[in-house]
Amino acid sequence: MNMLDFLFFIEVTLSGLMAGVMYSLVALGFVLIFKASGIFNFAQGVMALFAALTLVGLMEKFGFPIWLAIIGTIAVMIALAWLIERVMLRQLVNQEPIILFMATIGLAYVLEGMGDILWGSDVKVLDLGIPQGAWEWLYDKGVYIEKLEMFAAGTAAIMVAFLAVFFQKTRIGRALRAVADDHQAALSVGISLHTIWVIVWSVAGIVALVAGIMWGSKSGVQFSLSLIALKALPVLILGGFTSVPGAIIGGMIIGVGEKLAEVYVGPFVGGAIENWFAYMLALAFLLFRPQGLFGEKIIERV
Amino acid sequence: MIYRETGQFKAHYQDDQALFPIDQDRYVIFGVLFVTFALVPYLLNEYWLNAILLPFLIYSLAALGLNILTGYCGQLSLGTGGFMAVGAFSVYKLMVAFPELGFIPLVLLSGLITAAVGTLFGLPSLRIKGFYLAVATLAAQFFLIWLFNKVGWFFNYSASGMINAPPMTIFGVIVTGPEANGVAKYYLVAGIVAVFALAAKNIARGRIGRNWMAIRDMDIAAELIGVRPLVAKLSAFAVSSFYVGMAGALYFAVWLGSAEPTEAFDINQSFLVLFMIIIGGLGSVLGSFLGAAFLVIMPILLKNIMVDGFGTDSALAAHIEIIVVGVLIIGFLIVEPHGLARLWRIAKEKMRLWPFPY
Amino acid sequence: MISGVASAYELVMPTLDYRTGPYAPNGIPFANGYGDYLNMLNERDGGINGARISLVPCETGYNTKKGVECYENTKGEGQSGALVFQPLSTGITYQLIPKASVDEIPIFSMGYGRTSAANGKVFPWVFNFPATYWSQATVFVQYIGEKEGGMANLKGKKIALVYHNSAYGKEPIRTLEKAAEKFGFEFLALPVDHPGQEQKATWLQIRREKPDWVMMWGWGVMNQVAIKEAASIRYPMDRFIGVWWSGSENDVLPAGAAADGYLSGAFHQPGDNFGAHDDIKKHVYDKGMGLGDRDRIGEVLYNRGLVAAMWTSEAIRTAMEIHGTNEIRGTHVRDGFEALEVDEARLKQLGLANFTIPVKVTCENHEGPGKVALQQWDAKAKKWNLVSDFYDPLRDITGPLIAEDSAMFAKENNVSMRSCN
Repeated sequence: MNMLDFLFFIEVTLSGLMAGVMYSLVALGFVLIFKASGIFNFAQGVMALFAALTLVGLMEKFGFPIWLAIIGTIAVMIALAWLIERVMLRQLVNQEPIILFMATIGLAYVLEGMGDILWGSDVKVLDLGIPQGAWEWLYDKGVYIEKLEMFAAGTAAIMVAFLAVFFQKTRIGRALRAVADDHQAALSVGISLHTIWVIVWSVAGIVALVAGIMWGSKSGVQFSLSLIALKALPVLILGGFTSVPGAIIGGMIIGVGEKLAEVYVGPFVGGAIENWFAYMLALAFLLFRPQGLFGEKIIERV
Repeated sequence: MIYRETGQFKAHYQDDQALFPIDQDRYVIFGVLFVTFALVPYLLNEYWLNAILLPFLIYSLAALGLNILTGYCGQLSLGTGGFMAVGAFSVYKLMVAFPELGFIPLVLLSGLITAAVGTLFGLPSLRIKGFYLAVATLAAQFFLIWLFNKVGWFFNYSASGMINAPPMTIFGVIVTGPEANGVAKYYLVAGIVAVFALAAKNIARGRIGRNWMAIRDMDIAAELIGVRPLVAKLSAFAVSSFYVGMAGALYFAVWLGSAEPTEAFDINQSFLVLFMIIIGGLGSVLGSFLGAAFLVIMPILLKNIMVDGFGTDSALAAHIEIIVVGVLIIGFLIVEPHGLARLWRIAKEKMRLWPFPY
Repeated sequence: MISGVASAYELVMPTLDYRTGPYAPNGIPFANGYGDYLNMLNERDGGINGARISLVPCETGYNTKKGVECYENTKGEGQSGALVFQPLSTGITYQLIPKASVDEIPIFSMGYGRTSAANGKVFPWVFNFPATYWSQATVFVQYIGEKEGGMANLKGKKIALVYHNSAYGKEPIRTLEKAAEKFGFEFLALPVDHPGQEQKATWLQIRREKPDWVMMWGWGVMNQVAIKEAASIRYPMDRFIGVWWSGSENDVLPAGAAADGYLSGAFHQPGDNFGAHDDIKKHVYDKGMGLGDRDRIGEVLYNRGLVAAMWTSEAIRTAMEIHGTNEIRGTHVRDGFEALEVDEARLKQLGLANFTIPVKVTCENHEGPGKVALQQWDAKAKKWNLVSDFYDPLRDITGPLIAEDSAMFAKENNVSMRSCN
C-alpha cells in the first residue's frame, strides 16, 4: 500500500465515521422515545422534515432571524409533543408495541400532509451559516473531510453529552430512566407518565430538528428528508433500541462499514451495495448479540 | 338473535370440525363468494375491476401471506417487497422460457421458488427475535432488489432493467398483457385468492397453525411442550413466502404488466403490507382483506370523492387524503387496537345477543 | 365530473401531475407550465381551432401504481376520451406503453421513458421527440470531444457516469459503453440508490479515480446532493454535465455559489422573454387563473412543461387539419403526431421564436430531430444560459441500439412491425 492509497483509506474511513454520525442524529430520536415509552416511532423521519420545514418557513415567510426561528420551531415541536400525548398516546396506554408502532404511522401520515399543506412542496434552501465544503487545512495534505459533517459530529457529541447529563444527573432524567425500566413501578412511586412522555417527545422533536438542520443544509429542505429514517434503521438495530451511546457507536460502525464496502468492494459487483451491506453488517453482529450491541439483555421466563 | 347457533346440532365429528361449523358463517361465505364471482364482474366497470379490485385482491393475498408469518407465527418481517419481487421475476423468467406450461402452474411455481428464498432468509429467526428480526428481513429486501436491478440475467438484459409481462392465455382467454380484459383478470385473481384464503384458514386451525401460534405466544414455552421451533418458524417463512411470491407474480403479470424492481417492490411495499395486517388484524384471515381494503380501496375512493365530487384541486386532495388516512388509522387503533377484524367479531357477539341485552 | 348537456366538443387532456411526494419540487413547475399554456390557449383563442381544452389533473405522486389508477380513471373521460397522455415518469411510461396501443391513445413521453420507442414501427402509439436519453448521451460525448480539442483526443480520457439506480438512470449506460468502445475513452458507471441523500462513497470514488468528465443521470434530491458533493471535493463544475432532468433551478440553488458553471442538457431556452410567456401572464395570470407563482414563470422545468403543451396542442391542431373535424379522438391525435411539423416559422407565429429546435416527426421516426444543446448555470445571476449549439446525435451509435431493443420488445410481446409506407 503506497502513501496515496493509505491516505485515501484514511479519508474513506473518516468520511464513513462522519456519515455514520449523521445517521446517529436520526437514530437518537428513535432511541429516546423507545427508551421511555417502548414505542418504535415511525414518524421520527417525518418529524425531522416537519421541524426543518417549520424552521425554513418561519425564516422565509415571516422573516424571523435565525435564533428566533429556532426558538419558534422548538416551541412548535413541544406543542406537537403535547398534542401527540393528549390525542394519541393517552388513549393507547398499555397497548402492545406493534399497535403503538402503527399509531405512529398514522402520525407520520398526518404530519406529512400537514407539512406539505402548510409550507409547500418546493425545495427550500436552508442556510444557517454552517460551514460547508472541504476542510482546507487537511485538503492540502491530501485528505478530504466535509466541514458540515465535522460540525454535525461536534453537535452530536455535545448533544449526547447533554443527554447523558440530563439522564444521569437531573430529577427528570432519573424519572425518565425509572419509566424506561418499568412503567408500573414508576407510576406507583408517583411519577407522572403523561408528563414524562411530553418531555421525551419534546426532546425527540428537538433532536429531530437538529437532524433536519444537518441533513437539510446538505440537500435543501424537501420531502425526501423524511426518508433519512431508513438510514437510521440499521444503526438502531445494531446499536440496540435502548442505548444512546449505542446509537452513536452503531452509526459509526455502519457508516465506516458501508463506505469501505462501497468503495473497495462495490466496483467489482456493480456498485450501490451500501444499503444492503449495512443490514448484512447489522445482521452479522446480531447473530452474536441478538439484542444489539448495547441493548438490554433479553431475559425470558416461562 | 340473527346470529345464533342454538338448535344447530352436530351429528358427526366432521360437522364439528368443519371449516365453518356455524350455519350463518357458511351462508355469509357463500354469499360473499356469490357476490364476488357472480355479481361483481357484471355490475362494475373496467375501471373498478382494473384499478381498484385487482390491486385490492392482490394485496389481500400478500397480506394473507405476511399474516401467516407475523400474525400467526409472530415473526416480524419487512421483506415482503423483496419476496414479491422474487415471485415477479420468477414468473417473468418462467413465462419467457416455458410459456407452454400455462399461466396458473407458472404462478404456483414462482410461489414455490419464493418459498425457498423465504426459508433461506428465515434462518436468522432461529436466533433473533422481535424488532431485531426485522433486520434480517430488511437485509433480504435490500439485497434482493439490488440483485434484480443489477444482474442482467433476471431481466433478460433489457436496456433499462424493466420487465414486461408477455401475453398468456388460460383456456383461450387472455389473462396477461395489455389485451386481457378486466373481467378475465378479475376472475383469475379472485379465484386464486379465494382458494388460498380458504387454504390459509384451514392451515391456521390445523396442527401446523397451532404450532405457529404456540411459537408466537411464547417460543420457549412452545419448545418445552414439544413444538420444534426450527420446523415451525421455517415452515411459517416458507408458507408465507409462497403466498407473497404468488401475490408478487400476479401483481407484476396481471395487474401492472411491467415493473422495475427499484420502484415496484421497494421498501414502501413491505411497509404497506405490514400496515395492512396490523390495521386489519393480526392473526386473522378476514383481517388481511379488511386491511387491504382500508389501505387500497379507501384512499382511491377518498380521492375520487374529493376530486370528482367536490372539485378539490388534485394536489390538495392528495394531501388531505393522506391526513385523513392517518387520522383514521389513529382513530381505529384508539377504538379497537386489535384491528378491524376484531370489530367484526364484536359485531357478531352483538348480533348473537340482539335484541336481548344478555 | 358530471356536467349538464355538453355545449360543444371538448378536448380532454388528462395530466398525470406529481405535486406531492419526493419528486414534487420538479413536478410542480412542469405541471404549471403545461397547464398554464393550455389555459392560455383556452383564454386567448378559445382552445384549439375553437374547441376548448378540458384539463383533467390527476395526482400520481410519481408513483407507478397511482399512475396506473389515474390512467384507468381518466382515459374514458368526456366525449372525446383522453386524447393524449403525458406519463411524466419512466415507470408510468413503461406501464402505459402496452396499454396505449390497446386503448388507442397516444403517449407523448417528451425526452424520457423508453428510448427505443423512437422506432415508430414497433411503437406506433408512443412519441419521445425531440430527443432521447441515448441521443443526449452521444451529444455529451461530442461536447466533451470538442472541449478536448477533437474527438480523437477522447482516447485515454476517463468519463464517469453518476446515475440514479433505476430504469431511468440506467438508460444511457449501454450507449456510453458503445461510445467508449468507439472513441477509446474509459467509462466508469457509479450508481446512487434512491433517494440519494447520502452519496459520500460515490464522490470519494470520483476523487480517487479523477475522471476527466462526470455525467449525471439524477433526479430529485440526488441532484442537489451530487452538485454539493462535487463542489465539496472541488470537482471543476464546468466538467460536470447533468441530463436535462438534472438541470433546473431547484438542483443548483441549494449549492449556492459553488454550483457556478455546472452544465446540463437542454432542448429549449430558459427564461420568460418570449411572446407566449407574455400571453400567459396577460390571459391567465392577470385573470387570477395561474397555477403557480408569477415570478417562477420561465424556470427551466416550467418551460419544459410549456414546450410539451405546445407540441401536444400542435399535434392536435394537425390532427384536426388532417381529418377535417374538431371532433377528434386518440387515434386522430396519433396521426397528428406522426405528421407533426413545427418549424421556425411556426414557432415564431406561436410567440416562441428560437425557443426550441424545429421538430418533424414521421411514422418511422418518433424521436424527431434528436438534437440537444448544453446549458450552463450562472450562480451570480441565478440564471441558466444555453452555451452551445444544438448537436446532432451520433446515430451510428444509437440507431443499432434502438433497433435491437425495440426488436426485443417486439419479440417478447408478439408485436409485429408495421410498415410505414
